[in-house]
Amino acid sequence: MLRGMIYMRIFLLLAVSLVASACGESANDSPPVPTLHRGLSSDPESIDPHKARSTQAAEVLRDIGEGLISYSATGTLVGGAAESWTISEDGLTYTFRIRDNARWSNGDPVTADDFVFSLRRLVDPATAAFYGQAVAAIANVDRIITGDAAPSELGVAAADGNTLVMTLQQPTPYLLSLLTHPSTFPVHAGSIAIHGNEFTRPENLLSNGPYLLEAWEPSSVLRLRRNEQYWNNAATAIDAVSYHVLTQEMTELNRFRAGEIDITSSIPPDSFARVREQYAEQVHIAPYLGVYYYGFNLTRPPFAGNAYLREALSMAIDRETLVEKVTGRGEAPAYSWVPPGVDNYNPIRFSYADLSQDERNAAARQLYREAGYSDDRPAEIELRYNTSDTQQRIALAVQAMWAEVLGVKTTLVNEEFQVMLANIREGEVTQVFRSSWIGDYNDAHTFLNILQSGNPANMPRFESERFDQLMRDAAAQVTPLNRRLYLEEAERVLLSEHPVIPLYFFVSKHLVGHRVRGWGDNVLDYHYSQHLSLATD
Amino acid sequence: MLRYALLRLLGAIPTLLLVIVLAFLMVHAAPGGPFDDERVLPPEIEANIAAAYQLDQPLPQQFLQYISGLLRGDLGPSYRYRDLTVSDLIGSAFPLSLKLGAMAMLLAMLVGVGVGTFAALRQNSLLDRALMTLAMTGIAIPVFVLAPVLVLLLAVHLHWLPAGWSGTTGGGRFILPVVSLALPQIAHIARLTRASMIDVLASDFVRTARAQGLGTRTIVRLHALKPAMLPVLSYMGPAIAAILTGSVVVEEIFGIPGLGQHFVRGALNRDYTLVLGIVVFYATLVILLNLIVDLLYGVIDPRIRQR
Repeated sequence: MLRGMIYMRIFLLLAVSLVASACGESANDSPPVPTLHRGLSSDPESIDPHKARSTQAAEVLRDIGEGLISYSATGTLVGGAAESWTISEDGLTYTFRIRDNARWSNGDPVTADDFVFSLRRLVDPATAAFYGQAVAAIANVDRIITGDAAPSELGVAAADGNTLVMTLQQPTPYLLSLLTHPSTFPVHAGSIAIHGNEFTRPENLLSNGPYLLEAWEPSSVLRLRRNEQYWNNAATAIDAVSYHVLTQEMTELNRFRAGEIDITSSIPPDSFARVREQYAEQVHIAPYLGVYYYGFNLTRPPFAGNAYLREALSMAIDRETLVEKVTGRGEAPAYSWVPPGVDNYNPIRFSYADLSQDERNAAARQLYREAGYSDDRPAEIELRYNTSDTQQRIALAVQAMWAEVLGVKTTLVNEEFQVMLANIREGEVTQVFRSSWIGDYNDAHTFLNILQSGNPANMPRFESERFDQLMRDAAAQVTPLNRRLYLEEAERVLLSEHPVIPLYFFVSKHLVGHRVRGWGDNVLDYHYSQHLSLATD
Repeated sequence: MLRYALLRLLGAIPTLLLVIVLAFLMVHAAPGGPFDDERVLPPEIEANIAAAYQLDQPLPQQFLQYISGLLRGDLGPSYRYRDLTVSDLIGSAFPLSLKLGAMAMLLAMLVGVGVGTFAALRQNSLLDRALMTLAMTGIAIPVFVLAPVLVLLLAVHLHWLPAGWSGTTGGGRFILPVVSLALPQIAHIARLTRASMIDVLASDFVRTARAQGLGTRTIVRLHALKPAMLPVLSYMGPAIAAILTGSVVVEEIFGIPGLGQHFVRGALNRDYTLVLGIVVFYATLVILLNLIVDLLYGVIDPRIRQR
């Protein structure tokens, strides 16, 4: 009891002083600047463009940095730090002319040397960049990443202060779109020399984009302020942007409804119908370059060498019902691997895509029997997904469809995300697993590439000599049309082998408040704050 | 006294070491690693990252490195926040969690004891029944239901208070989280106080006090409150534990960058150093607090000093 008394006194003393300090926390005395409030579904892991990885980090980075190439408000490729560029006839040499008036936030000019330094830093093994291989198209990247060549051997050179010459390993028609990715943004060499790892602290960070990082409270908010030195500063309308880290979709929605957030990063599935009714014209649903799929473990029974069973399972899923009744946020049913809306590409569809679901079911039953299964001898499979409401609902629906159409006995296994990833990776216990892929750039290559044999993201471990050959052939093409034909043929081969079941294509889902102007939906879901403005009401 | 304190501190070292070893083994035993993702990394890149974070070395060596860093007061870099160190994160998160918890506890004590006493004095009246029913409901409703309802009502519909944390300033943003955290405890404490106050009020010494002609108010303040607080005091431990665990949920719902949120996310992201850092931090805190309390014992009770 004595102990309790002492605890109590210490505690009361502490509590009272803390309450006093909290109440003394006065509201910020800086004058209110018109601020755009954006929701962010998780913290950026870094705002060093070379150490960032997530789409959330990329979203913030697109406001505070700028690469050679950028997207316009209407979604077309335009010069960013580069004002113009030329491409050699063989498609192997790109020459960029950097703007004379491109500036860092301390007034230093942005030069070709900055890009040389930054791209070398990106591929330097010592940097340990997640996206080191994103620029694999540039000469010597492979050998530099493995440490077999020095970063100085990278195929980029500064011909003069404003001219950057990039030499490629092979023609890469999507290079310009790739160069909008934040991993290719420049960093300020002098600032890294002075501050080392701490160069990204708000007080140290030099930016070459439309905004500066003013403050970052982890798990809470990133505050951005206009960069007066930015070459196109005159076109920036909004003075300040706050990214609020809101991991719970429901919290984000509540804050939007309370008028505290202008743009949400998502819309919670449970409230979707109600939100759509209430905020009709503020709801923005648009196709997004991402595919949700179930993969097969192709190295083990029952799926190794069992294409009939795989195809039967793929056909038996009623994707229309799935997107209407289960996911219900405007997703598109997937009958191809590459999503529609990719530039310069026509996705190939499953051969069964034009059949009705009843016809598909009949064909699926046929295949199922040919694979040696029947009602007396049903296939018993395990379906793995990471623990979450959405994943569970989808898995339950698929389980029911497989049982109804084929009589398959499916055991659902839910695992924590990291555990599931570890299991998929080992490839021992997994049979069917849930995954998804989001395109890194607007080209079919970002989707098809991952299913090449040996690609680490090839989770089903799909191996097809013909598919690989077609991908290699596509890479060797200089004319876009030929390349496209090879890629389309590759997808046709891929779909006929059924290593994966694409279920649906993602959509981007945002609530965009009344006062936001200049919002444009696009397949990459890029929304640069510099293109937006706020109406005064 | 000083000798006693030093001895106690030395005695705490093996405890702390054991905690660190166990925590270290457990975080590393969890399947998956900090850099696993659906976007699987190319093996070369993965090797480079593992090398940068010394994850490519054998576990015993990683452990020694961690301990040697710890001795220099370095909790290491966070794996999830590549720009920040674990010390940065704890340094910014702990004061916030402490403030939140302390405010909730204080509110729970003040209101809980007040309501409990009030009800006890009007035992079995309609008001008493109403208050206790309310308290029962408060105990039954979990924080993760209560908090969103409060937000919906007070922030979304009435616009009295901010719905979230980030981007708001001033004391107002503390109100909803603190209230959500405190309400179940208020209910508990009110019921405890009421029951024990009724007991105390029926005891002989209170009757004596009444016989002396003291008013109810004076009796409660001078004589009854202290003994009636005993059960409440022993409830403090569980209450602090409940507020600590509750704060994880409340921090998540309101988006408050506190320690609880970092701990949970750290575990899910396999941010080894962050999880370890928070465990070490909490362990040290508990050990120090116990030491301080025992030292104060000595101040109050001379028998302990002489031992």
